Amino acid sequence: MWKTARIGGLGALALILVLAPLGFPNAYFYDIAVKALFNAVVCIGLNLLIGYGGQISLGHAGFFALGAYGSAILTVTYKLPALPAMLLSALGVGVLAYLIGRPILRLKGHYLAMATLGIGIIIHIVLKTESGLTGGPDGMGVDPFSVMGFTMMGDRMWYWAAAALLVLAVWLSLNLIDSPVGRALRAVHGSEVGAEVVGVDTSSYKVMVFVVSAVFASLIGSLFAHKDGFITPDIGSFFRSVEFVVMVVLGGMASTFGSVVGAIILTLLPQVLTVVEDYEAMVFGGIMMGTMIFLPKGLLPSLVAGLRKRGGAAQ
Amino acid sequence: MFAELLQYLFAGLTSGAIYALAGLGFAIIYNSSHVINFAQGEFIMIGGMSTAMMVAAGVPLPVASLLAVLVTMLVGVALEKFAIEPARNADVTTIIIITIGASIFLRGLAQIVWDKEFHSLPAFSGETPLNVGGATLMPQSIWVVGVAVVVIVALWWFFNRTLFGKAMLATSFNRLAAQLMGIGVKKVLMVSFALSALLGAVGGIVVTPITFTNYEAGIMLGLKGFSAAVLGGLGNGMGAIVGGLAVGIAEALASGYLSSAYKDAVAFVIILFVLFFLPNGLFGKKGTDRV
Repeated sequence: MWKTARIGGLGALALILVLAPLGFPNAYFYDIAVKALFNAVVCIGLNLLIGYGGQISLGHAGFFALGAYGSAILTVTYKLPALPAMLLSALGVGVLAYLIGRPILRLKGHYLAMATLGIGIIIHIVLKTESGLTGGPDGMGVDPFSVMGFTMMGDRMWYWAAAALLVLAVWLSLNLIDSPVGRALRAVHGSEVGAEVVGVDTSSYKVMVFVVSAVFASLIGSLFAHKDGFITPDIGSFFRSVEFVVMVVLGGMASTFGSVVGAIILTLLPQVLTVVEDYEAMVFGGIMMGTMIFLPKGLLPSLVAGLRKRGGAAQ
Repeated sequence: MFAELLQYLFAGLTSGAIYALAGLGFAIIYNSSHVINFAQGEFIMIGGMSTAMMVAAGVPLPVASLLAVLVTMLVGVALEKFAIEPARNADVTTIIIITIGASIFLRGLAQIVWDKEFHSLPAFSGETPLNVGGATLMPQSIWVVGVAVVVIVALWWFFNRTLFGKAMLATSFNRLAAQLMGIGVKKVLMVSFALSALLGAVGGIVVTPITFTNYEAGIMLGLKGFSAAVLGGLGNGMGAIVGGLAVGIAEALASGYLSSAYKDAVAFVIILFVLFFLPNGLFGKKGTDRV
C-alpha cells in the first residue's frame, strides 16, 4: 500500500511539474521556477538530516556555495569540462562533510546548531576574502553548462532539467527513507540512546546522512552557478542557510513532499512580498514566526492531519 | 612590541566585554527556558539605535539611554509573550526558527522606524586618548569595560542576594520542582527576557560611539555572543563572561598579528576547535540522556 502511495505521489508531482508552465504568467517566471526546484532538491537532502536524522544544520548554504564556487573555479580558471568539475566539487564537499561530520555530529541540540553555523560562516568569510581565487565580494562569472558539445541554454531548458532532477531526488529520498537506513535514522531521531542500545551504529548513520545532504547541496550549487552565470559569496551566507532550514520545517519535517512544498513557497514569497516594499523583512519574519507558532508540524503534515480529521468526523 | 600587544589587548577587552554581555543574555534566557534567542543581537542594535536617534533629536544622553533600555526591555517582554510563550512545547529547531524570524522582523521594523544609515553617538567623556604603557586607550573603552563590570556585579547580586533572583536560579536547576515550590515560572520567563534585553541594550549603547550602529549591526554581535555562551558552556554565566572575553581578545590578536580580513571567522574557528574536544563547552555540565 505504501508502495502505491509512493508511485502515486511521484506521478502527481511529475504531472504538476509538466502542467505548471501552462500557468506561468511570463517567461521570467521560468527563472524563479528553476530556483524553486533547485531549492527543493537541496531541501530534500536537508530534510533527510533534519526531519529523519533529527540533527540540525545552520550551515548548508556553505556547502551549496562550495559546490557553486568549486564548479566556477574548476571550469573558468582550470578549464575543466562542466560535468567533471561538478562531480569533483561534490566529491570534495562530501569528503569535507565527512571529516567535519565525524566530530561535530557527536554534539547535541544547540551545540550542533552552533558548530554548523560556525562552519557555514567560516566558508562564507573564506569565499569573501580569498579574492584571488573567488573574485571576492564582487563575485565571479561562470560559463553555461555544457556536456559533450550540448549546452544548456535558456530558462525553459533549465526548467525541464530541474524538474527531472527533482523527481529523481524525490524518488531517491523516498527509497532511502523506506530502506533499513531510513528506519535506522528514524530510530536515531526517536531516541538516540535507545537506537544505540538495540545495535544501531548511530554515529555512522548520522554522518552518512550529513554527507548525503551536503552533496545534494553541492551538486545543486554547481548547477545554480552555471545557470545564473554569475555568483557572489552571499549565496553561502548565514541567512541562506537559515532559509533552507525554514523551507524544510515550513513544509513539514520528515516529509519529502513537504520539503518540496516549503521550498517552492519560500522561493515565491519574496516575489510576492515585493508588493509590500519596505515592509518585506518585517512580513517575512512575521510569517516565519507565525507558521512556526501556529503550525509547528509544518504546512503539509498539518494539512494532511486536518483532512484526516475532517474525513474521520464525516464517517 | 609590548605596546602593540597591549594595544590589541585593549581592543580585545572592549569588544570582549560586549560579547560577554550578549553571551550572558543568551545564558539567562537559556537557563529559564532552554531557548536560544537568536534575536539577542537585535537587543544590542535597538539599544544603540534608539539612543543614537534620540540624542540626534536633542534628548540628553542619560535620559536617552534610560529610555532606550526601557524600550528594549519592552521589546524583550513582547518577544517572550507573543512568540516564545505560545510555542512552549515546540522542539529545538522550531524555536530556533521562531527567534531567527523575530530577529528578521525586528531588523525590518528598525529599518522602517529609523533608517538604513549608520549612526553614532559622541564619546561619553571626550576623545582624548590616554597613553598607557606606550599604547593608546580611548576613554570610551574604559566606559565599555567599566559599565560591563558594573552590570555583571549587579547581576551577580540579583541572582545571589534577592529572592526573585534565587527563584530564577531555582527554576533553571529544576523547572518543575521550582513550580511546585510556588515559584511563578511564567514570570521568571518574562523577567529573563527583560534582563537579557537590558544587557543587550546597555552593551549596544556603550559600544555605539566606537563601532557605530545600523539596523544590521546586531547580526554579527548576536552570533558572537552565542559563540561566547557556547564556548563557556550553555547556561553557565561565568562561562559566558570568560567565553566573551576570550573571543574578543583572540579576535583582536588574530586581526593584529594574522589577518584582519579573517577577524570575524576567529570566534567560529575557536568554537569549533573547543567543541571538537569539549562537546559541552569549557565549563558546561555533562548532559545525560533519558531514554
